[in-house]
Amino acid sequence: MSSAMITTENLNVHYGSIHALKGLNFEVHQGEIVSLIGANGAGKTTTLRAISGLVPVTGSLQFEGHDITKVPVYKRVELGIAQSPEGRGVFPLMSVQENLEMGAYSRKDKAGIKKDYEMCLDLFPRLKERLWQMAGTMSGGEQQMLAISRALMSKPKILLLDEPSLGLAPLIVAQIFEIIKKLNQDGMTILLVEQNARMALKISHRAYVLETGKIVMQDSAANLLNNDEVRKAYLGV
Amino acid sequence: MQDFVQHLINGISLGSIYALIALGYTMVYGILKMINFAHSDVYMVGAFASYYVARWLGIDSNPSIGTLIILLLTSMFFCSLLGLLIERLAYRPLRNSPKLNILITAIGVSLFLEYGGQVVFGADPKVFPDVMKDFVLFSGAGIELTSFDITVLIVSILAMFALDFLIYKTKLGKAMRAVSSNPSVASLMGVNPDRIISFTFIVGSALAGVGSVLVGMKYPKIDPLMGMMIGLKAFVAAVLGGIGSISGAVLGALIMGLSEEMVVAYLSSTYRDALAFGILIVILIFKPAGILGKYSVEKV
Repeated sequence: MSSAMITTENLNVHYGSIHALKGLNFEVHQGEIVSLIGANGAGKTTTLRAISGLVPVTGSLQFEGHDITKVPVYKRVELGIAQSPEGRGVFPLMSVQENLEMGAYSRKDKAGIKKDYEMCLDLFPRLKERLWQMAGTMSGGEQQMLAISRALMSKPKILLLDEPSLGLAPLIVAQIFEIIKKLNQDGMTILLVEQNARMALKISHRAYVLETGKIVMQDSAANLLNNDEVRKAYLGV
Repeated sequence: MQDFVQHLINGISLGSIYALIALGYTMVYGILKMINFAHSDVYMVGAFASYYVARWLGIDSNPSIGTLIILLLTSMFFCSLLGLLIERLAYRPLRNSPKLNILITAIGVSLFLEYGGQVVFGADPKVFPDVMKDFVLFSGAGIELTSFDITVLIVSILAMFALDFLIYKTKLGKAMRAVSSNPSVASLMGVNPDRIISFTFIVGSALAGVGSVLVGMKYPKIDPLMGMMIGLKAFVAAVLGGIGSISGAVLGALIMGLSEEMVVAYLSSTYRDALAFGILIVILIFKPAGILGKYSVEKV
């Protein structure tokens, strides 16, 4: 088994009096695509926010064997954690190019940045056509492509993707999942949060099923796709 | 017609001073979504800082370009320092509090500086150092261009170009725009929002510092409450242009400066302030976001 990139033990998140994550234990190994699936409010997005540091946590959260619970958000990027946030979060009044440059904000290696920039534009040729367009004027699918590229621009070790299929046409969703798969084949570790459980399980190695802040099931993606409970609750069969 | 051109020049000159101060309001609003009411008092402290430094250096009656530059730098430095302190001590602890608490704090800081200023500097007006000789540079066709007007124009245009360069051409400026658009996403990119916010206060306050020297040069009577009216008008200018928008603040300030000048010229100086606020009311009725107000385009 390859080494664990993210390990959590008894991870808890509170929003005021609301106990949003109730003691999660999970691992993401290098080279994997791991999915978190579950209904609205199950705590999927909160889990990603916790890993990125946007919400305070209790319990243990380790990245490559080091505890990072006290590391501020903006330093976790340098460690190698990048997130494409829920709702894409592109900077609407900045051009596509500027959005991508923001992704590389914490990097100093100019040559490397240039290389990754070319790589992103090769990955999403659509962005190349729109370099000077304000991100806010692009379609949802294009914004999603931009959000993923922007996360890649920080040259992460792990990519956290929050609902990349949200609000997109099926054709675009298929395209984006194809690219996620390709990124993984090129070595990127990916933690994916999805409502579209079928799509997510198809490209994932393993998955965790979340219900009201707890992990209720974990298995290989292939097994979960065939699991009766999962099929009924999340795949609508 | 000649009168009109003359008033146009005066109005633009006044407007560019408003613009320097309005930019501070709009930048802080853009990034923190709060009105920094203490901004006008930072401006006042800049004037006093230059007053004391000029006396200390013995250049308070030595009008020259050198004096202008020294006083500009002095005022910018002290204003930035004060802006930074205010942000650290008063606003940062309240970063996650309701907006109303921060607003009340801003008013509190403003009053503290105004009345603290009366204690420290004394309540009676002081005479601002001679920054520059006022002489007519160009005269003809009934129009006079004075050295003051030209200086005000050149200095404020330079300051605004520098700001424009900073915000649109540098990495730091990009980070400022990112934080203004969405602080938590910006932090996911590796930006430390607190540092960018501090920096915004520094830049906005420095611009107010430039404004205070230019005003001191033109109207050399300074007192601890001098920021109140001009601050209010600059704030109105920022709202008029669309608060949060940089070009809006400049545009709003020019409209304010010009209309004020025209009212004084063609109606009566009694109405100068009434008109300023009258314009505000009318514009806000028809365009509540201001002339260049930002509408965020966000798709879900």
